[in-house]
Amino acid sequence: MSAATLAVGSPRSSVPDDAVVRLRDVTKSYGDVHALRGVSLDVTAGELVAVVGPSGSGKSTMLNTVGTLDRPSSGTVRIAGHDVGAMRDDDLSRLRAEHIGFVFQHFHLQPGATAAENVADGLLYSGVPRRTRLRRAEDALGRVGLGHRTDHRPHELSGGEKQRVAIARAIVGDPTILLADEPTGALDSASGRNVVALLRELNAAGTTVIVITHDLDLAASLPRRVRMRDGVVEDDDRDAPASPSSAGVDR
Amino acid sequence: MSARSVGAGDLLRLGVFGLRTRPGRVVLSALGIAIGIAAMIAVVGISSSSKAALDRVLDALGTNVLTVTKTQGFGDSPPLPSTAVASALRQPVVQRAAAVGEATDGRVFRSPFVPRAETKGIGVMAVWGDVPGVLGGSLAAGHWVDPSPQAPPQVVLGASAAQNLGIDRLRADSAVWIGGQSVQVVGITAPLQLAPDLDNQVFVPQGLAVSLGFDGHPTAVYTRVDPEHVADARTVLADAIRPDRPQDVGVTRPSDALAAKNATDDSYTGLLVGIGGVALLVGGIGVANTMVITVLERRAEVGVRRALGARRRNIRDQFLVESLLLSFLGGVAGVVIGLGVTITFAVSQGWPVAVPLWAVGGGLAATVVIGGISGLYPAARAARIPPTSALAAV
Repeated sequence: MSAATLAVGSPRSSVPDDAVVRLRDVTKSYGDVHALRGVSLDVTAGELVAVVGPSGSGKSTMLNTVGTLDRPSSGTVRIAGHDVGAMRDDDLSRLRAEHIGFVFQHFHLQPGATAAENVADGLLYSGVPRRTRLRRAEDALGRVGLGHRTDHRPHELSGGEKQRVAIARAIVGDPTILLADEPTGALDSASGRNVVALLRELNAAGTTVIVITHDLDLAASLPRRVRMRDGVVEDDDRDAPASPSSAGVDR
Repeated sequence: MSARSVGAGDLLRLGVFGLRTRPGRVVLSALGIAIGIAAMIAVVGISSSSKAALDRVLDALGTNVLTVTKTQGFGDSPPLPSTAVASALRQPVVQRAAAVGEATDGRVFRSPFVPRAETKGIGVMAVWGDVPGVLGGSLAAGHWVDPSPQAPPQVVLGASAAQNLGIDRLRADSAVWIGGQSVQVVGITAPLQLAPDLDNQVFVPQGLAVSLGFDGHPTAVYTRVDPEHVADARTVLADAIRPDRPQDVGVTRPSDALAAKNATDDSYTGLLVGIGGVALLVGGIGVANTMVITVLERRAEVGVRRALGARRRNIRDQFLVESLLLSFLGGVAGVVIGLGVTITFAVSQGWPVAVPLWAVGGGLAATVVIGGISGLYPAARAARIPPTSALAAV
């Protein structure tokens, strides 16, 4: 796959070369419905970004686009240096396997499979042998604080634990970007706080994290907030330009 | 692309997992396939067990027995000459010979007090030689009729005749009423499979038969010939017994009749296999139906897998393998049921159990083909589920 044209010699580029997400004038229409009306957004490696907005603001469509689950109607999308618009479906699958980890509001774990098996599924499509997958799954469960729960099945876990298993599945392949869609939406507030703390830890360890939420308190606690409305980025403000991972912690 | 395909072991594990989480549905939808395969295995198994039983019978009886009778037809052929047995025995190809001759006025009763009309269809036959011996039969009790023409009055009962006369065991004083006198029963034959028409007869020495309307001519001559020359023996026998008019003599091979009886069963076998095929087809549709529903229910799972990096073909393969497994499970269950039915039936009939391997292999191969075909459409549908489905689904 070619990523040779990325921002080379572009004098107007105000974006550092370590941009892992770059959207330029992205639109997305479903028939007459215009979900995105020209979104431009850059996310740099190591950032922790909240995307907020009311229902129908286009934030889910943007998540699909950034996650390469959907293609834009127009505009360019670059993820980890790859121009999504030019890629075949199989190559997009590979891009997701290698660079993107997803966390869903409703966890989407396999009922009946143990936590370790669920997490190991995160590597199923990366050509990793099963034994290695399971070993790395146990490592990942250790990283989310569930090292003692590897053999538990989803119905034996609390909501917060389920979401941590889902996060472990998302990070087991060491993705460039972690995309979380309303990760606390189905959790009580204490579990939600734990999940957010975990996302912070992962970010501090170097993972770029993008959290979609309509929880304004949660958003306010993150160092960068992208506010969407009617398919455009209405506001994009960040805390101190210093180390993104440490900013805003004490708010 | 690098080698990033999902391995066969992983596919199998996914398939097993997909089925294991929905056991009730698996059982129900595999049942159709199981019934189809079981029906086919049972039909083929029972048919070949019956063939094996027949082969065993024929092996025991031999296929080198030839029966000589006068030709049955429109013209009234003359009876066989009284020297027929001797003529037959002079031929080198003939190993043994025996004959029966009908005593047309012979009537047999349990006692003189039985009304004359109750003959139960039992006939009286005069004998030449050891008839059961030539026919590969045996005596259930006692010994065979003394074949010398001047033997004292005595009688051997055919198996059905004995039953009809109510004589199930041979005793020293066992006797029946023939032609106005009490005749001692000296033997009872076992059923004669190569000449079942003799089972409801009784056999007496020629001397006794003469007084019962026996005219000295044999009705049927039974010969055991050289197994290597059975075909030649037919013409040799006809020429030897009636050199002047061999066309008046009919030579038949009774083992052919047994085999032919079995061949007529084959048309039923074809019908039943056809019914099994229909069951299999319906079972395949059931599998396809189940898989379509499964795919509909698992849109979110497909979305998650696509988000985790699964390509379309990975999703397609996963559901295809699941369909194959589902159908194969039904096939294995069907083979087990079919074998069980065959064994039960064969044992109850006293047959050897014979299920051809090709039937088992073919049945299982058929389920794989059915599973593949049934899974194609649902798997293709699953592969087309958009990756965004995980996010859309609640």
